[in-house]
Amino acid sequence: MERKVLLEQLSNAFGPSGDEGEVRELIAEAIRPHVAELQVDALGNVLARKPGNGYPLRVMLDAHMDEVGFMITYIEPSGLLRFGAVGGLDPRMLPGKRVLAGRSRVPGVIGLKPLHLATKDELTSVTNVQDLAIDIGAEDGDEAGQWVSVGDYAVFHTCFGQLGEAPSDGRSGRVKGKAFDDRVGCAVLVETLAGDYQVEVVGAFTVQEEVGMRGAHVAAFVAEPDLAVVLEGTVADDLPGEEGAPPSTRLGRGPAITLMDRSFVADRRLVDWLIETAEAEDIPYQFKRPNVGGTDGGAVNRSRAGVPTVALSVPCRYIHAPVAVMDLSDFWHTVELLRAALTRLPMAGEIGDGSI
Amino acid sequence: MSDDLLAVLKRLSAAPGVSGAEATTLRALLVELLTPLADEVSVDVAGNVIAFKRGQQTGASRYKVMLSAHMDEIGMIVTGLEGEFLRFTQIGGIDDRVLLGQLVLVHGRRSLLGVIASRPPHVVLPEERGKVIPHDQLFVDVGLTANELKRQVRVGDIISFDCEPVELRRDLIAGKAMDNRASVTAMYACLQGLIELNHAWDVYAVATAQEEHGSYLGATTFAFRLQPHLALVVDTTFGHMVGLSEAETFKLGAGPAFSVGPNIHPAIHRRLASLADSLEIPYQTEPLPGHSGTEAWGLQISRVGIPTGIISIPIRNMHTPIEVVALKDVTRAGRLLAHFVAGLEGTFVEDMIPGT
Repeated sequence: MERKVLLEQLSNAFGPSGDEGEVRELIAEAIRPHVAELQVDALGNVLARKPGNGYPLRVMLDAHMDEVGFMITYIEPSGLLRFGAVGGLDPRMLPGKRVLAGRSRVPGVIGLKPLHLATKDELTSVTNVQDLAIDIGAEDGDEAGQWVSVGDYAVFHTCFGQLGEAPSDGRSGRVKGKAFDDRVGCAVLVETLAGDYQVEVVGAFTVQEEVGMRGAHVAAFVAEPDLAVVLEGTVADDLPGEEGAPPSTRLGRGPAITLMDRSFVADRRLVDWLIETAEAEDIPYQFKRPNVGGTDGGAVNRSRAGVPTVALSVPCRYIHAPVAVMDLSDFWHTVELLRAALTRLPMAGEIGDGSI
Repeated sequence: MSDDLLAVLKRLSAAPGVSGAEATTLRALLVELLTPLADEVSVDVAGNVIAFKRGQQTGASRYKVMLSAHMDEIGMIVTGLEGEFLRFTQIGGIDDRVLLGQLVLVHGRRSLLGVIASRPPHVVLPEERGKVIPHDQLFVDVGLTANELKRQVRVGDIISFDCEPVELRRDLIAGKAMDNRASVTAMYACLQGLIELNHAWDVYAVATAQEEHGSYLGATTFAFRLQPHLALVVDTTFGHMVGLSEAETFKLGAGPAFSVGPNIHPAIHRRLASLADSLEIPYQTEPLPGHSGTEAWGLQISRVGIPTGIISIPIRNMHTPIEVVALKDVTRAGRLLAHFVAGLEGTFVEDMIPGT
């Protein structure tokens, strides 16, 4: 139950790329009792070390803390706030939504002309981000400037919550919230760091994935791992109207193992290691459809002289939208699979020793 | 008084009450709110909630004024089940541009929280990404399995937006259904005001059903039954925002707008304007050369005709879940209504109608 509370806190936290402080504080507090060393680097990544029991293998577990959001670029004399997209926002999603803006987290709404006064073209064409604005209700630019400055960030104002029947155990059922990409990965990593392993584990909670995997570049260099597992909340598109290719992932079918995405090709030995673990432990799993999306894996696997890398994801519908939906059973199965895989790692002893 | 009204407005805004389904939650809330302020509160066959307050006039023939503020809101209705998802169409004019990513309540066997969604952008053709998705191509995800969904939801179930109102800067409030709960709140404030003011006429303050559908069913059927001597409609109008002409919009916080035009009896407009001047309440003038788009259109031609007036409260983002209203405009409209009612005397109607 406690971890569901953590997922809720992480989902609700304010943390667009470049402004991850609130998320970082939550995570540091949650992991401090379980790690030997906790370090924040120059970019704001959190690196947490567990030395292990002498087995000579260092595993980096990566989850990014940042979420897509908005940056205030201009305050209109009218008091409206113009903004730019931080990360991959879908402009179809923005009109009529609520946001929290600036350091004071002032509530605002993304307004639009009422449909009664809009032209047919305005009603059927998606409005460009640069033509949208946040209304915080300020009388004018001066008043708006008391609450928000140019360069401040904003995020969707969405509360975590349960959908459908609320199960008694907090370990199954569907939940809704923002930023499951990648706060669910952060939650998996926090949960995993609570365990003890023979191998050395470095938990890397990274910044700025959504603007180009910036944090992971640095985190991987500092961690210098033998292998890496990237933890993500990834696209689930098991939705009506699917044609042609099967969905990227499906809710409720267990963690999704990446074979290849747009940023990297997963190491086949690590893919097999996860599959063998899942089958040995009777944990459901699925494969993420290749070539959908990108992850920190793209940065980690080309760090230094190269790091064998795989990505393991919790399927989430509607990522990058104001409200995403995920299945708690997928979250817990991901935790189980990762923890079991880490305890089995000595069996995969050839990894990192140069053998093929 | 303002704090009290703010609380009332927020409760009314959040309560589900889609056209034709006002009984969902809203009706009971209104009965609860209006009962302490009226001599009698009743619900009629159309679903209107009528608060009756007896005037001090004596004699057999009693003058009656009808205050009409529609309580219903735009919403959606389930048209089909598709696996784990629901298809829907609109009730009233919903704005397709704001639907993606909104939270809704599906009023099935029980109320289910859900999200309006579509296929994610990466599986949409590039040329489609610039187009607003019509609501008949969207779906609702309530996080249930297909079998459980069938047990809980049927075609024809009502869907309402689900959001708590949020306070912006100054006294602006953003939320769903400010059209027309802001006016219902003003009517509530009027009844509060009438506790302190003497009034000769009998007052029928009616929170009407089914305005958004366009039939004005609630207002016109009640007017037929009552045959009031005068009717005053309270509704919302277009608030000013960047991108809209000042000629067709009204400033938020600058007072209610009084309509003029063929749908409005000129003597009522004149009285509203002079009353506002004497009470030092700021107001705006809304010229309506034809159909007012309000219940006044139906009321005016009920039976032998009813002298009808319109008071409008400006809101931004009409017909979206982020309609923005200024609390002080609501307060002012309520105070004005109370004084208008208190000032009614028998001769006012005779003077208004040529040839009597």
